[in-house]
Amino acid sequence: MWGMKPIHDGRLEYLEELANKIREKVVEMLLEAGSGHSAGPLGMADIFTAFYFHILSHDPKKPMWAERDRLVLSNGHICPVLYVTLAYAGYFHLEELKTLRKLNTRLQGHPHRLALPGIETTSGPLGSGLSQAIGMALAARLDSTHSTSSGQGKYRVYCLTSDGEHQEGNHWEAVMFAGKNKMNNLTAVVDRNNIQIDGFTENVMPLESLKAKYEAFNWNVLEIDGHNMRDLVDAISEAEAIYEKPTVIIAHTIPGKGVSFMERDYKWHGKPPNKEEAKKALHELRTLGRRIKSEHE
Amino acid sequence: MNTNNMLNPQLHLNPKLFDADVEQKPIRDGYGDGIVLAGDSDKNVVALCADLMESTRSEAFAKKFPERFFEIGVAEQNMATIAAGLGVSGKIPFIASYATFSPGRNYEQIRTTIAYNDSNVKIAGHHAGISVGPDGATHQATEDIAIMRVMPNMKVFVPCDSIEAKKATLAAAKIWGPVYLRFAREKSPVITTEATPFMPGKAQIFWQSKKPQVVIIACGVLVYNALLAARELEKEKIGTVVLNSPSIKPLDEKTILGLVSKYPAVVTVEEHQIHGGLGGAVAELFAKRHPVPMEFVGLKDTFGESGSPKELIEKYGMGVKDIKNAVIRTLKRTYEV
Repeated sequence: MWGMKPIHDGRLEYLEELANKIREKVVEMLLEAGSGHSAGPLGMADIFTAFYFHILSHDPKKPMWAERDRLVLSNGHICPVLYVTLAYAGYFHLEELKTLRKLNTRLQGHPHRLALPGIETTSGPLGSGLSQAIGMALAARLDSTHSTSSGQGKYRVYCLTSDGEHQEGNHWEAVMFAGKNKMNNLTAVVDRNNIQIDGFTENVMPLESLKAKYEAFNWNVLEIDGHNMRDLVDAISEAEAIYEKPTVIIAHTIPGKGVSFMERDYKWHGKPPNKEEAKKALHELRTLGRRIKSEHE
Repeated sequence: MNTNNMLNPQLHLNPKLFDADVEQKPIRDGYGDGIVLAGDSDKNVVALCADLMESTRSEAFAKKFPERFFEIGVAEQNMATIAAGLGVSGKIPFIASYATFSPGRNYEQIRTTIAYNDSNVKIAGHHAGISVGPDGATHQATEDIAIMRVMPNMKVFVPCDSIEAKKATLAAAKIWGPVYLRFAREKSPVITTEATPFMPGKAQIFWQSKKPQVVIIACGVLVYNALLAARELEKEKIGTVVLNSPSIKPLDEKTILGLVSKYPAVVTVEEHQIHGGLGGAVAELFAKRHPVPMEFVGLKDTFGESGSPKELIEKYGMGVKDIKNAVIRTLKRTYEV
């Protein structure tokens, strides 16, 4: 019924294992960097995997391909997961992941468009990604209406946002604009992991009811388990089929997913693991990946 | 004495420049004319506005190219960031609001998503300077040149009249990368003509006495006051050069250094804080390359207030008399050195 093909069983298993490998690399690179954010990248690994290995129309060999789908990462601080996913997708070599946050690296502490292929926008300061995604979606609209060459402006725009950045005014300005202008070629995904630097979102500055808020701004709202890639693909397909509104997918995720001592603990929002913690985290992740089960037993 | 002789004949300036009935037009009108022309010549030019269509002169573009005009509502941060997305997607967005709001309120968005991100966005800051008048200091941008000039990747143009504003707007559309354009609200004398050349990065000698002693470097609406001051000083046997420097960044260092090597005393004139704007840019250049006595005409670390534009310019020390006094002060310092 919808354009996007579902994930078949064998593929799902492969993608889930890939997401776990991505988590391992995230832990390794954060340990190497000595600073950076842990919880968000681990929590979003499934969503990034599904986007870059199933949803997005893109070509790592041609990162500036005009018709590529755009994925805007609004909360730039979770970029370790973006970098690892891009590397696995073939944008650059996995070796380079070790350079995160180091002098002369292309892997800046927060992503920079001009530094690395595959980055659609510079981000870090929160609340500005959705508007930029709107700008890209408006450009696509203009190009598809007025272009004489076929194919131009045929891309879709996706914006990944954090829940915490919903406290930024700029974000709601964008929500208002997209609702008014029926930006149906734009889909937002909220990483609803309930944590931010200073604590749980509902204590720091409550966001609920997020669904009702988006609906009030004329958005179509879908809620999914953010660790279920099939749910995400279904939701993305549904979003594509809706013409009257932009769609936001509220993805309920577990911050620090896969590492028991990081899960749901806001203290892991903005810090990297030390050597011991990384060892423990990798052990857990490898066990999850069923690859070194014996080590666990 | 025919003081029109002192005007640079190569620039085809308005021959009625010093007449009582000199044509007056708001500088911002040039923005409106400029974006329409830019939109005609390139279909990728788009315009955005934050609920100030009429006063930012965005109306004509919106009428002519409705599909390429985006009304953002009162949301300058959203305007800058939507433009940033358009600018990395092959469009040439112009964003217009009052300069106190854009680039005032949305400074960080401009920094991260336009300048650092190198998005091809043109920022039109309207109602700049205290000549905004009765609206008061909240609406009088007097720090905008400084905050845009310090930003890497950003170019800054401050046109002196509506015709130069039109040319600067057209030029901005053709230059790749972020540009800040600054426009004043009130009607002001039209100094240049359609035949006057405009080149980004270039300053032009508008006036040169037979025996210049001081170089007056001015931008924006106060270029006219600088010319009036030069004319009066000439009658008092003090020769000057008046250099119009619409391009604050890049600054025309070659022309400026060439002049001060011959006439080593300088007054900068701008409707802006004396810190960080044109005066700051020129002072940085001199400190490094050619220190000379220098005076700054502009706002002296203070906010404006309500009043008529003329009253405010006088009260805050940017009138013709203030420019003359600054010239005389630099001359005295020259002799002291």
